[in-house]
Amino acid sequence: MVKMIRRREEVCIGCRLCEVHCLVEHSRSKDLVQAYKGENPRVLPRVRVEEQGALSFAVQCLHCQEPLCAYACLTGAIRRTEDGTVLLDEQKCMGCWTCVLACPYGAITMDLQRKVAVKCDLCPGRDTPACVENCPNRALLLSEEEPSVG
Amino acid sequence: MARYVIIGNSVGAVGAVEAIREVDRQGSLVIISDEPHHVYSRPRISEYLAGKSSMVDMLYRPQDFYQAHSIQTYLGRKAVGIDMDRREVKLEGEEALPWEYLLLATGGVPFVPKMEGLDKTGIFTFTTLGDAQGIGSALAQTGKAVVIGGGLIGMSVTEALVKKGVEVTVIELKDWVLNTILDQEAALVTRDALAEAGVRVLTGHTVQRIQGRPDDESRVGGVVLASGDELPCDMVVVAIGVVPRTELASGTPIKVNRGIVVDRRMTTSVPDVYACGDVAEAFDFIYGTNRVIPIWPNAYLGGRVAGYNMAGMETEYPGGVAMNSLKYFGLPIVSAGLYDPPDSSYQVMKVLDRQERLYKKLVLKDGIVVGMVFLGAIDKAGIVLGLMRDKTDVRSFQAALLAPDFGWAYLPAALRQEKLSGNGQSGGRGPSVLSGGPRGEASPGGQS
Repeated sequence: MVKMIRRREEVCIGCRLCEVHCLVEHSRSKDLVQAYKGENPRVLPRVRVEEQGALSFAVQCLHCQEPLCAYACLTGAIRRTEDGTVLLDEQKCMGCWTCVLACPYGAITMDLQRKVAVKCDLCPGRDTPACVENCPNRALLLSEEEPSVG
Repeated sequence: MARYVIIGNSVGAVGAVEAIREVDRQGSLVIISDEPHHVYSRPRISEYLAGKSSMVDMLYRPQDFYQAHSIQTYLGRKAVGIDMDRREVKLEGEEALPWEYLLLATGGVPFVPKMEGLDKTGIFTFTTLGDAQGIGSALAQTGKAVVIGGGLIGMSVTEALVKKGVEVTVIELKDWVLNTILDQEAALVTRDALAEAGVRVLTGHTVQRIQGRPDDESRVGGVVLASGDELPCDMVVVAIGVVPRTELASGTPIKVNRGIVVDRRMTTSVPDVYACGDVAEAFDFIYGTNRVIPIWPNAYLGGRVAGYNMAGMETEYPGGVAMNSLKYFGLPIVSAGLYDPPDSSYQVMKVLDRQERLYKKLVLKDGIVVGMVFLGAIDKAGIVLGLMRDKTDVRSFQAALLAPDFGWAYLPAALRQEKLSGNGQSGGRGPSVLSGGPRGEASPGGQS
């Protein structure tokens, strides 16, 4: 099954817990306090909450079927796996930001300190991504779809 | 007979191979290249020269790429001709390889204008790993270098040389560096960054001839500019540009304009012969006509479309666009499309803060964004390029496009929800960039 995160902006209150839990999940310690206070450089969340007045919602990678970021990647760091997840290998990334320009969703984060691009990996090893699991309002939902036949 | 023969072993070839193998796992596939290397990241040769990337870092695909895709390789072998009647590629030596479907992914060659002194030792171009290795081995004897051409290649070799402690002077014919991708205001900011890095830039100058050393006439000792000024140096890098490597098409019915002309299926004027990447003159969705756009992302996409069509799955090239992301000397810059409007029928919007090294410029035509340059803050540039790609009418929110915190929240609700739902034409997984063709039997996304 292909995982996909859906957003419901009508119930998002902009609490940014998705950002917090994404950061912790991608930290070395996976400990909330340690991730924020002990780890340097601090990892960045791969989900971003946007706000305008009462409007708020979270944006992360849509794991496109035709991932323009992967096609644009100059080093081969981004690939789409068999299960439809678009992954970025930070070891292979040279921080040229071509993927940032190519992604039509603005869903790739520039880690300027570590000079690599980072993006949602749907939390490998977890059934439900951390942002979805920790959203108090069910403003982020996980849906699973049949992959395209092939 | 091989079913598929690809001449070229870079990103266009990889795009084609990955598409072909999604559709046809069995058909025999051959890759020919005069370069001996495993497919590598050509844009990364600057980091390689600077000593920041190893050979392993350079690999664009894993070591087992050819094996995993059942490819027979002829690497380090040069294709010297195409026999259209026999449908064969002739290799240097006696060998000939017959094909059912042929892809020309031969890339570009550096343009080196005729000038006196080109026969001396210490003159390089900078487009291949071999070039980077050659420059690398000459570094020990190089204190000063002159880079001819202030374009992308010139800037990338300059950055690497500076990191290696070489004193570099860039000679640029036009009034500012990177003039093929940046307007003058953005280039001025770039110039500040270059100056800080200690790079000397001479604009409005050309090199007339290359001189030898007083003690050894056969080695580079300096250049003489058209102005008569002399610049001593130990190395010259010619980085004026690349031209499509079309020589295999000459003497064949394959139509060549500036590059090899292809239709929206990436087919040349000859059936079953395809072209992609820097050698091809393919559709540009901003200009609405065919153009040579020698950039990596277009080569992958064009190769992918060619691969699907070669393997029998009808697919249309959505069109490419000139798009570049640079980070020379730590300054992030992106540019796409018509960054400098050709006439007054275009609307230009911009903000500039030279101190903060921040610049955003948009070019619009009839409410549609057709060009952009962002410098400094580039994190949302992809959303704007997406609006360009989709030809979205931005008039109801266009002022917000320059806002420091621009994002999806500024878009009208219906438009935002439609785009962010990914429920468009793509069946729920993001943008459908490849249109046409039955999608039932093979998925175009790398799945199996």
